[in-house]
Amino acid sequence: MAAAAPTPLLAVEHLTMRFGGLVAIDDLSFNARRGEITALIGPNGAGKTTVFNCITGFYKPTAGRIILAPQGQPRQADIDATTASSRKWQSSPSGSVFLLERMPDFEIAARAKVARTFQNIRLFPGMTVLENLVVAQHNRLMRASGWTVLGLAGAPSYRAAEAQAVERARYWLEKVALIDRADDPAGDLPYGAQRRLEIIRALCTEPALLCLDEPAAGLNPRESAELKTLLRAIKTEHDTSILLIEHDMSVVMEISDHVVVLDYGQKISDGPPDFVRNDPKVVAAYLGVEDEEVEQVEAEIAR
Amino acid sequence: MAAEAGARHGIGAAVKDAAGTGLLALGLSIPIIAYRTDQTMSNQLVLSERWGLVAVLVLMAFAARLIYLLAPSIKFQRKPVAAITAEEGASPLRRAVALVGLALLFAYPFLTIALVGRAGAIKWVDNFAIQILIYVMLGWGLNIVVGLAGLLDLGYVAFYAIGAYAFALLSTHYDLGFWVCLPIAGILAAFWGVLLGFPVLRLRGDYLAIVTLAFGEIIRLVAINWVDLTRGYAGISGVPRVSFFGLPFEESEDGFAAFFGLEYSSIHRTVFQFYVILAMVAVTYFVTVRLRRLPIGRAWEALREDEVACRALGINTTNTKLTAFSLGAMFGGFAGAFYVASRGQGFVTPESFTFSESALILAIVVLGGMGSQFGVAIAAVVLIGGTELLRELDWLKRVFGPDFEPTQYRLLLFGLAMVLVMIWKPRGLISTRMPTVFLRRRRAIRGDLVGEGHG
Repeated sequence: MAAAAPTPLLAVEHLTMRFGGLVAIDDLSFNARRGEITALIGPNGAGKTTVFNCITGFYKPTAGRIILAPQGQPRQADIDATTASSRKWQSSPSGSVFLLERMPDFEIAARAKVARTFQNIRLFPGMTVLENLVVAQHNRLMRASGWTVLGLAGAPSYRAAEAQAVERARYWLEKVALIDRADDPAGDLPYGAQRRLEIIRALCTEPALLCLDEPAAGLNPRESAELKTLLRAIKTEHDTSILLIEHDMSVVMEISDHVVVLDYGQKISDGPPDFVRNDPKVVAAYLGVEDEEVEQVEAEIAR
Repeated sequence: MAAEAGARHGIGAAVKDAAGTGLLALGLSIPIIAYRTDQTMSNQLVLSERWGLVAVLVLMAFAARLIYLLAPSIKFQRKPVAAITAEEGASPLRRAVALVGLALLFAYPFLTIALVGRAGAIKWVDNFAIQILIYVMLGWGLNIVVGLAGLLDLGYVAFYAIGAYAFALLSTHYDLGFWVCLPIAGILAAFWGVLLGFPVLRLRGDYLAIVTLAFGEIIRLVAINWVDLTRGYAGISGVPRVSFFGLPFEESEDGFAAFFGLEYSSIHRTVFQFYVILAMVAVTYFVTVRLRRLPIGRAWEALREDEVACRALGINTTNTKLTAFSLGAMFGGFAGAFYVASRGQGFVTPESFTFSESALILAIVVLGGMGSQFGVAIAAVVLIGGTELLRELDWLKRVFGPDFEPTQYRLLLFGLAMVLVMIWKPRGLISTRMPTVFLRRRRAIRGDLVGEGHG
C-alpha cells in the first residue's frame, strides 16, 4: 500500500514550534500533493502563518521534519538516508529531496523552489512593477551575468537573459491584466493589483510550491473571482502546486482540492472540502464552542 | 502651522510670531555670542562683550521670520508632484547641455590657465577641482552602500584611510609606484569592507550606524597608536606622488617636462592629476551605472526596499550586503590612495580621517539624494566648492573689518544649507529614482515611494 501511494510534494511531519512557553504549533503533520491546491484554514491565531514561516525557513521549527520533493518520486529510503546524513538536500535518480527545516529562507526559495507571499503585502514599492518581477528572477540572472563579472563587461549572453526575464514578466503581466502598469512604481498600484503583483512576482521564481498567505484578503468580489481563475490556471497550466492560507471560505471551498484545518496549533481536520465543511470539530472551532459541547453542536447540525 | 496663522491673522500676528523668534534668538545668543574670552600676550584671559553682534543676529532672525510668514509666494512645502515627473533625458536640449557641461569639465584646467595664468590656475585646479572630484568619488562610493543598498555607514572614512595608508606603506616599504599601488589599495579596502560587513550583517538602523561609526574610529586610532608601523601622529612622509606612468613630474633630466621637451612647470603635475581623478571618477560612474542595471544592483535596491521580500525571492541577502560594503569600500580605497599621491603631497597622517570627514561624505550623499549619481555630484560641488569659495571672500573684510574671517563661518553656512535643503527637498536635491528596466517608457519614480533602507 505504501509503495503505491505517490510521494507528496510537501510532507510536514510532527512539526512543533514553541516560542518560549507558548506552543504555536503542536505536533502537526499534513501533506500537500503535487498538482493540487491545498488550503490551510483555521480561526485567528491558530498558527497558520507560523506553519508558513516554518515551511519557508523564516522560522526554525523546534521539532519536526519538512520534506519537499519538487522533482521525481524519491523513495522513502532516499528520504530517510538524507535525514540520517547531515545534508540539507540530496538528488537521486528517483528524485530530489529537500529537508526544509534544515535550510535558511533564501535557499528554500532559490533551491527548493518554494515561493511565498505575505499577509501584509511586501512589494518593492519604489521599484516599477516590471523591476519587481525582474528582481524575482535574480538567481537566474546572476548566473547569466557571470556573477556580475560578465555583465559588467556587457556580455551579450547577459543581455539575452535579461530580455528573456522581461519576456517572462510580460507573460505574467498580461495574465493578470497589469501590462499597462508595467512601468509604474509598485507602490502606486491599488490594493488588489498589489496582491496580484505579489503573486506573479512569486511565480517569476518558477516555484514548485507556491505558498499564499491570505491572497483574497481585502479583495472585492470581482477581484476575488479573478483570483480564483488565476489560481486554477496556475495549477493546471504550470507545474506549480499551491498551499494557501485563506479566511474567505468561498475561495477555499471552490478551488481547493484538499483542506487542512488548524486550531490552537493542532490539526483538527484534514480532507476534501466537502468533508471538512461538514466536520463538526471544524464547525465547533469556528463557532468557538468548548470541547464538551462539540457533541451537542454535532447533534444540532444533524437535526 | 505658524505660517497658516500668519496668513490668517495678518501682519499683527506675524509681527508677534517674529518677535517671539527674535526673543528666542536673543536667549540663544546671550550665552553663546554675547561674551567672548580672548587671551592676551601675557596669557591673561580678557572678557569682551559683543552686544552689537547679538543685536544684528536678533534682528536678522526677526526679519527672516517675518519675511517667511508674510511672503505667500515662498512655499517651503513640497508641491504635489505627479507620480511621473520626468522622462529620461531624451530631449535634445538636455543632451546638448550635458555635452557642453562635459566639454567644459574636460577643458577645465586649460580654461583656468587661459583665464588666470599658470600660477593662479594651480589653486583653482588643485584646491578646487581635484578636491571636489575626490569627494564626488567618495560620495559615489558611499552612495552604493547608503543610497542603493540602504545601509547607513557612518564610518566610510575608514576605507579612505585604509586606501591612503595601504598606498603609503606599500610605496615606502617596497618602493612601489602609484600605479601599482592604486589597485592594491582598492582591493585591500574592499577586503576590509567585507571584514566590517560580516559582524554588522545582522544589525539594522541605529545599531548598524553605531558599529560603522566605531569602525571608522578604530581605524583612525590604530593609525595613531601603532607607531611602529604608521609613525602615529607624525604620519608617513615621502610617499611618491602621481607620476606620468613612471615619468616623475620633476625638474630633473628624466622628468616629465624634459622627456617631452617642455619647460618645467609645477602646473603639469596638477593638470595631470586632474585628468587622473577625472578618469577615476568616470570609471566609478560607469561601473555604478552598469551595476545598477545588473542583478546585483537591483538586489541592492530591493534590499533597501524590503529585506524580507528579498529573502522570500531567494536572494542571498548576506552576499548582497557584503558586495555593497566591499564595492563601496573599494572606491573609497582608490580615492584614499589618490589623495595621498596628489593633494596630500606625499604625506599621510591620521588627522585627515576624522569622523567629520565621514559626516561630510554622508552629507553629500544625503543632500544629493540617496541613490542619485547626478545629485551626489551636485552636492559635492556645492558643499566642497562652496567651502573653498569662502576663502575667496576677502573683500568682506572691507565691510566687516579686518578681523572678519569668512572661513570661520564654514560650518554655520554648511548647517544652514543642510536645514534649507531638508525643508525644501527632504529627500535630497534629486529625489526621484530612475527605473533600471522598462517595457514601454522609462519614467522617474517620485521619491516618497522609494525606500530609505533600514539604516
